[in-house]
Amino acid sequence: MKKDIILKAENISKQYRLGQVGTGTLSHDFNRWWHQIRGKENPYLKIGDANDRSTKGESDYVWALQDINFEVERGEILGIIGKNGAGKSTLLKILSRVTAPTTGSIKFGGRVASLLEVGTGFNGEMTGRENIYLNGAILGMTKKEITSKIDEIIDFSGCERYIDTPVKRYSSGMYVRLAFAVAAFLEPDILIVDEVLAVGDAEFQKKAIGKMQAISRTGGRTVLFVSHNMAAVKSLCTRGILLENGKIKDINNINTIISNYLLLNADSSAEWKRETETDSQLFFDRIYVSNSNSKITNQIASGEDFTINIFLNALNSISNSTVSIKFVNAEGIAVFTTSLHDYDNDFEVVEKGKYKLITNISKNILTPGSYNLVIACFVSRIKLFDIVEDKISINIEDLGIKKRDLDREGFVVPNYKWDFLKLE
Amino acid sequence: MNQAEQTNITWLFEITPKNKFFSLNLKEVWQYRDLLVLFVKRDVVTVYKQTVLGPLWYLIQPLFTSITFTIIFNNLAGIDTGTVPPFLFNLAGITVWNYFTACLNGTSNTFGANAGIFGKVYFPRIIVPISIVISNLIKFGIQFLIFIAFYIFYYLKGATVGLNGSVVFFPFLIVLMGVLGLGLGMFISSLVTKYRDFSNLIGFGVQLLMYLSAVMYPMVLIKEKLPSYGWLVQYNPLAYIIETTRYMLLEVGQISIWGLGYTFLVTVIVFFVGVLIFNKTEKNFIDTV
Repeated sequence: MKKDIILKAENISKQYRLGQVGTGTLSHDFNRWWHQIRGKENPYLKIGDANDRSTKGESDYVWALQDINFEVERGEILGIIGKNGAGKSTLLKILSRVTAPTTGSIKFGGRVASLLEVGTGFNGEMTGRENIYLNGAILGMTKKEITSKIDEIIDFSGCERYIDTPVKRYSSGMYVRLAFAVAAFLEPDILIVDEVLAVGDAEFQKKAIGKMQAISRTGGRTVLFVSHNMAAVKSLCTRGILLENGKIKDINNINTIISNYLLLNADSSAEWKRETETDSQLFFDRIYVSNSNSKITNQIASGEDFTINIFLNALNSISNSTVSIKFVNAEGIAVFTTSLHDYDNDFEVVEKGKYKLITNISKNILTPGSYNLVIACFVSRIKLFDIVEDKISINIEDLGIKKRDLDREGFVVPNYKWDFLKLE
Repeated sequence: MNQAEQTNITWLFEITPKNKFFSLNLKEVWQYRDLLVLFVKRDVVTVYKQTVLGPLWYLIQPLFTSITFTIIFNNLAGIDTGTVPPFLFNLAGITVWNYFTACLNGTSNTFGANAGIFGKVYFPRIIVPISIVISNLIKFGIQFLIFIAFYIFYYLKGATVGLNGSVVFFPFLIVLMGVLGLGLGMFISSLVTKYRDFSNLIGFGVQLLMYLSAVMYPMVLIKEKLPSYGWLVQYNPLAYIIETTRYMLLEVGQISIWGLGYTFLVTVIVFFVGVLIFNKTEKNFIDTV
């Protein structure tokens, strides 16, 4: 099958200089220029650290993006995800031609419109109608195109009553609605969208996502979508790119990408041990996840039981405390919480001493995917003694049981028996 | 993907680290012509929104400046403007000079003032400085109307004012002024993105430049009275434009073919260099602004 490639990025890299622009910059500029007129390579391209925000680097130059290669097919909705500072925004800026890459090239097979922000160029003094024209033109529409769609745009925005009022009088919600309405009627071949959906009320977000899906499905248009909202990414995208420290970690179907993203998110693993001192009276020493063969791992097959083992240390006698485990899925939604008190355990007073808690999570509960575990010990509504977040995660792997419908919706996959009776 | 497939794809455009050495991107500018019109409209219209006097503000500024100049330079300092009424003499110079400074001030801040838009969406960046030059041309047109009104007023009063035949070339002179302001403005706007020093320079630099541009005195006068500094004015292309303006409209002063040729040459060079640097800057300015 022949692929219909509409966008091709080859070896894109982007270097940034850290620190401030000052007299030092002038000398670097001069040095660069001096190399250039002698036909030599830019001396500062050879150096530069990988983009890791948290570590102290060796040099003043940093690679925000390095060796990015990918292709996008026509009609595809590609999600770009990664932690803060992974290079998502830089990549979007390069793709939307706001800034140029330091090396590499991107080829486009169609018209591009980018939506890094809604309402770019809105002028508060001008009316809603005037701003539709201005904003539309900034996004690359012609006056004729806008005129032919203006009624639809106004209708979509739901701001008809205020359309001839200066937008500075609008509520922020109306402002965003109007701005998004203009963007929604863009008809480029490739649409590049940043986290603009984070604005507006729930109803409007739903409308916006629906509109974007429609753009891709019916119009055959390509969408590149960047977001931290995993639920939106999952519902919208077909394929994804995972960025880490300015490099592509993985390009895959969106479910795999989201799982990988979650594993990446925080240095989580199957086991956690206390490393720092705490002054709490009740705290965890160690927590680990083990599979049905008692092996410490966080790769769990969807059809097997697994166990969460918690080592608790009490320095004093504490009454009414409990321990709970919350399972948070890739979209940041708590799927369920299990607690020590759930199953008739009298835990009224914890005497001074060390304890081990073992929770067995039965099979066929969680849908395949990644889950972050939040484990806490507390006295309900009174005191939080200890909490372990983003340290332990599990990955439920689909081992063929539900393979026939991988994209089944819902948070749980209970295994119920169905009666299948033939009546006639 | 194999080679055979690759050849099937026709790419519409490509993003690369560098622009071509010199390119005006006229094709792209033409695609975005509606945006250009809307920018011009925005610049002209929003200035007088929520004001009582509205577009009258365009007229008040040159009028009062001319009155001040007439009082100080003609009545107090005694600069001789020949048979031409000093007020008209000053008004002509100020109107043209204002067009230049408006273009220069507007365009020299292109990247700074539009960083918000430029950082979010792509369109040919040169649209912005061009729209500034055009919207200022409209403002100039309005201001020129007041000049015409006073011209007729003085004419009816019997002052010796007369158009020179060369006035048909006046539009070219204005275009020259606009292009010079555009070129210089683009040049400075590119430097300002990285080194803010230039925005300080432009603030008072323009004011000082006015005194070297024969706005409130005839060019001959400076050669007569300050022969050792006269060359400063003589090598200033702006002085020739303003002197020629007065020659065309009021038949005062002198026209110098050498001077105009020199001005034309400087304008072309400044414009060329301006576009060159602007092109180089527009790709990456958002990282340094």
